Amino acid sequence: MDIDLSFQAMTMTTKQFAEMTKTMTREVMVATGGKKLVDKITAPIWSWGQRNSVYPLHFGIACCALEMAAAGGPRYDAERLGIVFRSSPRQSDVLLVNGWISAKIRPALKALYEQMPAPKWVVAMGECTISGGPWYDAYNVIQGMDTFIPVDVYIPGCPSRPEAMIQGFNMICQKMTAENRGSFLDD
Amino acid sequence: MSDEMWVNMGPQHPFNHGLWNLRVRLNGETITAAEPIIGYLHRGWEKMVENRTYSQIVPLADRLCYGSSLSWNHLYCLSAERLYGVEAPTRAKYIRVVALELQRITSHLCWLMAVGTDLGSYTIMTWTIRERELFLDLLCQLSGARMTYNYCRIGGVRSDIPENFERDVNRTLDEFEKRLRDIEALCDENEPFLMRTVGIGKIDAKTAMNLGLTGPIMRASGVEMDLRRLDPYEVYQDMKFDICYATDGDVYARYRVRIDEMRESAKIVRQALAEMPKGPVRVKVPRCPPKGTVACHVEDPRGESLMYIVSDGTERPYRLKVRSPNFVNLSASPAMLLGFKISDVPAIMGVMDMCIGETDR
Repeated sequence: MDIDLSFQAMTMTTKQFAEMTKTMTREVMVATGGKKLVDKITAPIWSWGQRNSVYPLHFGIACCALEMAAAGGPRYDAERLGIVFRSSPRQSDVLLVNGWISAKIRPALKALYEQMPAPKWVVAMGECTISGGPWYDAYNVIQGMDTFIPVDVYIPGCPSRPEAMIQGFNMICQKMTAENRGSFLDD
Repeated sequence: MSDEMWVNMGPQHPFNHGLWNLRVRLNGETITAAEPIIGYLHRGWEKMVENRTYSQIVPLADRLCYGSSLSWNHLYCLSAERLYGVEAPTRAKYIRVVALELQRITSHLCWLMAVGTDLGSYTIMTWTIRERELFLDLLCQLSGARMTYNYCRIGGVRSDIPENFERDVNRTLDEFEKRLRDIEALCDENEPFLMRTVGIGKIDAKTAMNLGLTGPIMRASGVEMDLRRLDPYEVYQDMKFDICYATDGDVYARYRVRIDEMRESAKIVRQALAEMPKGPVRVKVPRCPPKGTVACHVEDPRGESLMYIVSDGTERPYRLKVRSPNFVNLSASPAMLLGFKISDVPAIMGVMDMCIGETDR
């Protein structure tokens, strides 16, 4: 940043001024170590918030989707842990893929993943998503979701039980705690 | 400039349960054309099973339709039995009827769950999931799995019914019939539910027959067609039950037919458990069937499902064709949707009980 530019603030457009202020604050914070301090203080708060509102995308593909629905039902009640299913990828944190991925759905799945705002996590539920499962020699099934999307947690089972799904989400929460990601002044 | 526009609903859309895409052309809010697009779950099932032995196909038949996996499992075993020329023992047939009807109730509850979410009543969904768990527990006792049971075998069933199963089933059914009345009241006395279902998606009997509809959708149009009665398999000829049908042909009639079918299924389960004879549950079958073909159809919770097997005398089928009821019902959706509003789409398509696994195969 050119510090001299601050004297020209009167002649700037609003957008340029906002950009300049942002960069300047950031650089001052980084240079003085303020950012490190604030990150250290706020990171537990961020990760606490993330842990308690793990919103998966409501995206049912196959057998495991029924177990996903059962997990949202009264007996297993995933909602008590903050697992609330959202219908739009832009409102969700976790991409929960539960079923075999055919060649036709693969680009749409990739688009859904890219539409989700960061920070985001991916859960592969069931054998089909993990490795192709019983369709290991089918011509139209992608052999595992991790061939084109990075996966955080694998939940085995064919189909996985609802308890297993909740356990998988608990593991995501552990991952959030471990990462302890502060995002002050960060994208 | 034309006032019409195409709207894509899917493949990820809150209203479609399963992956498919419904394209509708709208004039204002009225649907002038509809075009379902499927194939998102196609995995080449029919081609794949040509590389499997006959006994290896049994668990794969489960995964054809996950909502009612036992009925597909049973259909495969029944058609393979006819191909081998063996017959299951009488006790196994009774056990299969019990399991099939429990599966029918489970499947219909799963359908009502989806309809409840589509029509904006979350309570219907939570209540039906709660009842569904009761039946999943029973099937779990019977087969050890919650959803993909792998219970029927070529020549019988895998194991006999567990201890105290009859007592548990009767208790569950008593409780379920009480709770079904509650669920029914929740829907029938709910003015928004009636507004969104009565008179929507009408199809008369003649059109239904021409479109090849089967199952509850056809019976709701006034056609009394139930393969359990017309072409009895297992021991359905000895069972006393009524064919549930309605004459209106709208979404509400389809809902009524399925609710009544759950009661009839409960009756069948009780009767089959009471009349169940003693004896073996499984017979031995040879490794390779004789050369020949066989076609076999049963009444799936969604309609008529058919399997056609061509055998060339080896241990693997030469060809296995599946006729999925939902594939035909879905292709009739433009006839149901035309002229209705876009807000009626969830009601019309949700009440069809979509299961894409069997549609795409």
